Amino acid sequence: MTAVTEETTATGERPGGLQAAERTALETVRHGLSLSPEFRRGLTGTLCLAVLATVGKVIVPVAVQQVIDRGLGDTPDLPFIRNATLLCAVAVLLTALCGYLMNVRLYKSTEAGLATLRGKGFRHVHDLSVLTQNTERRGALVSRVTSDVDQISTFMQWGGLLVIVSLGQLIVATVLMAVYSWQLTLLVWVCFLPLVIALPRFQRLVSRAYIRVRERTGDVLSGVSEAVVGSAVIRAYGSEDRTSTRIDAAVEEQRKAQTRAQQIIGFTFPITELVASIAIAGVVVAGVALGVSGSISPGRLIAFLFLITLFISPLQTATEVLNEAQNAIAGWRRILGVLDTPADVADPENGVTLPRGPISVEFENVGFAYPGGAPVLHDVAVELAPRTRVAVVGETGSGKTTFAKLLTRLMDPTSGRILVDGVDLRNVRFSSLRERIVMVPQDGFLFDSSLADNIRFGRPSATLDDVRRAVTELGLSDWVEGLPAGLDTQVGQRGESLSAGERQLVALARAYLADPDLLLLDEATSAVDPATEVRLARALDGVTRGRTAVSIAHRLSTAQAADEVLVFEHGRIVQRGPHAVLVEEPGVYADLYASWTSATHSS
Amino acid sequence: MPSNDPPARPKKSVMARGLRVIGTAIRAEPRIFTSAVLASAVYGVMTVGSSWALGRATDDVVLPAFRDGRFHTGALVGAALLIVGVAVLKAAGIMGRRILAGVMQYRMQARSRRAVTRQYLRLPLAWHHRHPTGQLLSNANSDVEAAWAPLAPLPMAVGVVVMLVTAAGAILLIDPVLAIVGFLIFPAIAVLNLIYQRKLSPLAMRAQQLRAEVSEVAHESFDGALVVKTLGREDAEARRFQARADQLRDANVGVGRVRGLFDPLLEALPTIGVLAVLLVGATRLEAGDVVAGDLIQVAYLFTLLAFPIRALGWVLAELPRSVVGWTRVQDVLDATGSMEYGTASLAADTPAGVRADGVTYGYLPGTAVLSDVSFAVEPGRTVAVVGPTGSGKSTLTLLLGRLIDPGEGAVRVDGTDVREVARGGVSDAVALVLQQTFLFDDTVRGNITLGHDIPDETVWAALRLAQADGFVSALPSGLDTRVGERGTTLSGGQRQRIALARAVVRKPRLLILDDATSSVDPQVEKRILHGLREGAAGSTVIVVAYRMATIALADEVVYLEHGKVVDQGPHELLLARCEGYRALVTAYEREEAERAALDTDEEIVA
Repeated sequence: MTAVTEETTATGERPGGLQAAERTALETVRHGLSLSPEFRRGLTGTLCLAVLATVGKVIVPVAVQQVIDRGLGDTPDLPFIRNATLLCAVAVLLTALCGYLMNVRLYKSTEAGLATLRGKGFRHVHDLSVLTQNTERRGALVSRVTSDVDQISTFMQWGGLLVIVSLGQLIVATVLMAVYSWQLTLLVWVCFLPLVIALPRFQRLVSRAYIRVRERTGDVLSGVSEAVVGSAVIRAYGSEDRTSTRIDAAVEEQRKAQTRAQQIIGFTFPITELVASIAIAGVVVAGVALGVSGSISPGRLIAFLFLITLFISPLQTATEVLNEAQNAIAGWRRILGVLDTPADVADPENGVTLPRGPISVEFENVGFAYPGGAPVLHDVAVELAPRTRVAVVGETGSGKTTFAKLLTRLMDPTSGRILVDGVDLRNVRFSSLRERIVMVPQDGFLFDSSLADNIRFGRPSATLDDVRRAVTELGLSDWVEGLPAGLDTQVGQRGESLSAGERQLVALARAYLADPDLLLLDEATSAVDPATEVRLARALDGVTRGRTAVSIAHRLSTAQAADEVLVFEHGRIVQRGPHAVLVEEPGVYADLYASWTSATHSS
Repeated sequence: MPSNDPPARPKKSVMARGLRVIGTAIRAEPRIFTSAVLASAVYGVMTVGSSWALGRATDDVVLPAFRDGRFHTGALVGAALLIVGVAVLKAAGIMGRRILAGVMQYRMQARSRRAVTRQYLRLPLAWHHRHPTGQLLSNANSDVEAAWAPLAPLPMAVGVVVMLVTAAGAILLIDPVLAIVGFLIFPAIAVLNLIYQRKLSPLAMRAQQLRAEVSEVAHESFDGALVVKTLGREDAEARRFQARADQLRDANVGVGRVRGLFDPLLEALPTIGVLAVLLVGATRLEAGDVVAGDLIQVAYLFTLLAFPIRALGWVLAELPRSVVGWTRVQDVLDATGSMEYGTASLAADTPAGVRADGVTYGYLPGTAVLSDVSFAVEPGRTVAVVGPTGSGKSTLTLLLGRLIDPGEGAVRVDGTDVREVARGGVSDAVALVLQQTFLFDDTVRGNITLGHDIPDETVWAALRLAQADGFVSALPSGLDTRVGERGTTLSGGQRQRIALARAVVRKPRLLILDDATSSVDPQVEKRILHGLREGAAGSTVIVVAYRMATIALADEVVYLEHGKVVDQGPHELLLARCEGYRALVTAYEREEAERAALDTDEEIVA
């Protein structure tokens, strides 16, 4: 929709400082539009229809002029007037038809474009690394693909349409006015010029006000989401009143920001009205003066007055449309804010697809630091041989989870590299990587659907029999049978109908069914009872013989069963070897083990 | 659940319901509304006035000047001033109308948002379990917005009605025949509007529903981002989202078709009116029944009305959406089943005694998670609740802390049914640390005090007990460090320890820990438990646990299986007499023993 950019340029050709600001808005719109090629689809046709729809509007002033000039003459030409008005009526209906066709085209192309934009935004949120997602508020991320896009849609359909029509109307009105009287046209333009200059200023005020509104709205949303997501804790501590006070404050701030924005618009909007009346008064005075000197007929003067209303209405809507445009630009900025954030863990172009089978992993002097933070992992150099069971132990904050995130490439190392079958992880195609290495995180997030669907989430092609087999192989069939509807049990939102331990069981089955070459368990059974855990560990042991299994656990039963134990402390691997050996050496592991034994043993 | 009843083929119609919604707003803000309408009436009258001013100018100044070939400067300036003066009043009307309409709309929005969130906070946890987060967010956000959207153009619409009446009067004064034209055109616009909103209403409703669904999918997917990523399901998720977004697109295009048809028609009608005026007017002019100025005035009036008359349409167009939004909001506000409170008090300084008497609970009807659970905990005792995964331990803790109420039976603290306790009484006496840690987007201090006036020393003491003083003092701003939304800047173990400090800082009479140290290292956990044992002398403690160390700290164990109490008694006793319990708590030892045996076998073989 080039009309929008033209509008912005038209107001952007002002002194230095403004230019930059306008240009950013322009850039935003241009970039935003380029993201959805659908906007351009059939634009020429839509524009042609818009021109036709606008031309139709000129009919009234022309008809008025004809009627007055012919009707006021000494012999009113009634048949002519009748024919003229009937012809005009037909033209008006045709105009309406053009308007309809234009609207439908515009709706189709913009809605298609916005759906694409939503999709792109959504996809990119998933591309953003775990790092970015943690620092961004999730509620805000949801709004990027919902209400922010809606905001653009209002402009694209209502405002954008008006921009096309208005611009055309402005041009047609000016041309026709000039035909009737160039002197009066000049007068009208002189009256409106200051307004055209002032508009961008108003616009900036409005824009700032809207940005505030959006920020406050974000606060309200995250406040509300806290009240919803934290409902259990809020009740447990009776802090309903405190929470509602906080939300009330956010709502109040939002209301203030909205009212303020409305005030600014309320003050600027009627200015057009005033300028218009001055122009009309001026035209009456000057027109009479010209008329007396004989350079304009009364019919033409009156037609000219009608034309001014045609000229004013686009300017009136311009203020409105520009406000809407500001809104849309704000929405676009926020979506672009997501899309422009580079996926710092990117799927490599022409990435390598690794063959399936036994997998070897090598960490080469790997270090990691969160942006702006101290290093959390130093010089980790370790090889994980195919078909081994590796346990990673260490105190909280020792770097175990960072190790896991690097191995699954949820983050990239800040120094060194990680090789899988000799290939740098950064060069492996995502689809291949996710097929070969699967992590089971501690928080077994489930989707709001059936147990079976959740288990086959990583491999949707799996049949119900596959799911059943996986459950049986993991020794979970008793548990599943105990559920109200077995595999068809609906797990509820986030799986909240199940207990935390049960969710972990599902998450494990889900990863197991995905059948990776390396299974990484990050405290994946922390909420499961010991008997079940031991059973699971044995089952996994039996079935993961051909695979590499890496377990992060503070239950050292896992370490005892592993081929090799990696002991982390302060971001370094301080000990490695089989349990039997490590437990004999004085050191971190022996200490961990001692406290573990005292915690778990009855005697 | 926001009602999903099929787009109600409304006999009493969206119109009537929409007007009722508007009526609610007017009753809530009568003064603002009246002022806005007055301002809008000024605007309406002055719009007609501006055509009158132009008509006067034409008749009294312009045409005589043309006829006579000269003009009277005073009259000309007078005419110009009249035009500008009317415009000034009109502008003032617009200003007042817009600003006041905004004030009203935003006040109503704020009011609804507050009411909805209050309700979220009031409704029981069981209600929350039944409603998706995305839906609830959309109730408080876009539904509220939709409900009050007609308020923005409402004063303008009322002003337009004033304008129409004034215009009708003005035309009637000028010429009754021309008035007939007006009286045909304006009702036609009204009827067209009516048809318009009838057609639009079901489509708008569907679009609004889909908008909520799109938001739901995004919410769930972003919440489960880690799972999506680790299983490489980004594309599949994107497809799932796109499918909904495409449905929304189609629904919006459907709305667009109707809008696209009616908007140009509504615009064309006044123009047709002008042409009719000219046609009829020319005859009247010839017959000498009207003068040219009158004709100009009427025609100009039609041009002026062409735009504002559509404000009526805007209000009507917003009505269906408004009714949907309002209904969804109202569903939340009307939701019943809130927790009832009594008047009893649990205030005392001594540890609390707790009893569960025949407690039964099910999240879904017919599937009991807990059945007939009875046990008693003497004041000051520490009791471990042990049981296999999915045996109902967490549900039990929710019942003991009165986050949910039992279907049958009762939970009694100091002999008082917790349902009899006054509002806030249970949470003052009982602190529950949930398995799933939740932190507020607040400072560390705020998360622990939850707004209560607790001195820093007490906060630090609680942090020490929770073994969290070390890392908290290392945070950039110590207690004043903000933890981010849901505490995302902290690790799982750190979050758990802050949640624990939040519980112990209140010196509760009953402390319930639901596997509250699962992400904490064993050594740290051990220190926490020892600290609790010594420091929480004023509390009765109920702890859901698997680890032997935790169980060893307990005076007694309640063993659950499949939602039933299988055994209760001291650990040693249960170990001796309860097979399920023995199997559960000694799993690691037996595992180790078996492995050791296996290793010995291998050595022998080798």
